[in-house]
Amino acid sequence: MAGAEATYRKEFPVKGGDFAKAGAVACEIKELLKDLGLAVATVRRAAIVAYEAEMNVIMYAREARVDLAVSPDEVRLTFDDRGPGIPDVELALTEGYSTATAEMRELGFGAGMGLPNIKRNADVFAIDSEVGRGTRLDIIIRTNGHVTP
Amino acid sequence: MIVLKDVLALLDGELLTPAASPDAAFRKIFASDLMSDVLTSAEPGALLLTGLANAHVVCTCSVADLSGVVFVQGKRPVPAVVDEARTKGIPLMATKMTMFEACAKIAGFVEDGGHGRR
Repeated sequence: MAGAEATYRKEFPVKGGDFAKAGAVACEIKELLKDLGLAVATVRRAAIVAYEAEMNVIMYAREARVDLAVSPDEVRLTFDDRGPGIPDVELALTEGYSTATAEMRELGFGAGMGLPNIKRNADVFAIDSEVGRGTRLDIIIRTNGHVTP
Repeated sequence: MIVLKDVLALLDGELLTPAASPDAAFRKIFASDLMSDVLTSAEPGALLLTGLANAHVVCTCSVADLSGVVFVQGKRPVPAVVDEARTKGIPLMATKMTMFEACAKIAGFVEDGGHGRR
């Protein structure tokens, strides 16, 4: 995904199963983007993407590296995890489809809206998953773009 | 629109974050126990009514720019969650009413032009 040179970059680790820290990366990304002066709507979209992707890592993967890159025109988020991978990506992108455990549902997750929410808030969304390796999400949110309904 | 002090009065509620302004306004109301539904559909500035009383509620509200939370049905978060909400400036309230009762009370108040029905 080529684009303008990033003016700000940061990496974050996420550990699978670490429900106690769930949302910490998303909240940090939100504060960083606010401090960078991005529009409220852009920050919200990026924060929702980051939170849903972070929760997916915590619920399903062993670990992930999260990359945030900000340029004048866009926010790029990459979630690259090591985990079981997704056997059927199209099914996983279907609203309401969920493989969440009872424990995850008790925490308020597992509605089957995670990947659809990420896609809805992205201007560009790419997913690459391999069973036995893990899943990579590449998301671009344009700073003056529009969300595809 | 409805303000915090009216929510507390309508729901016979308790304010768990005492520093919150009684005039804090909520443009919309959203009721759900599913955090992904909140991220999908709740609008910025909304008041969330929920029976889920864990830390993920506060994080979800922060991420989605919601303006407050009412925990229904007697549910209450642990002190650490209240502290987190206080840090983030998110008012938390609690009521013994069920979700349906609480929604009906607020809907009646808003439809009645802010006067409330008895």
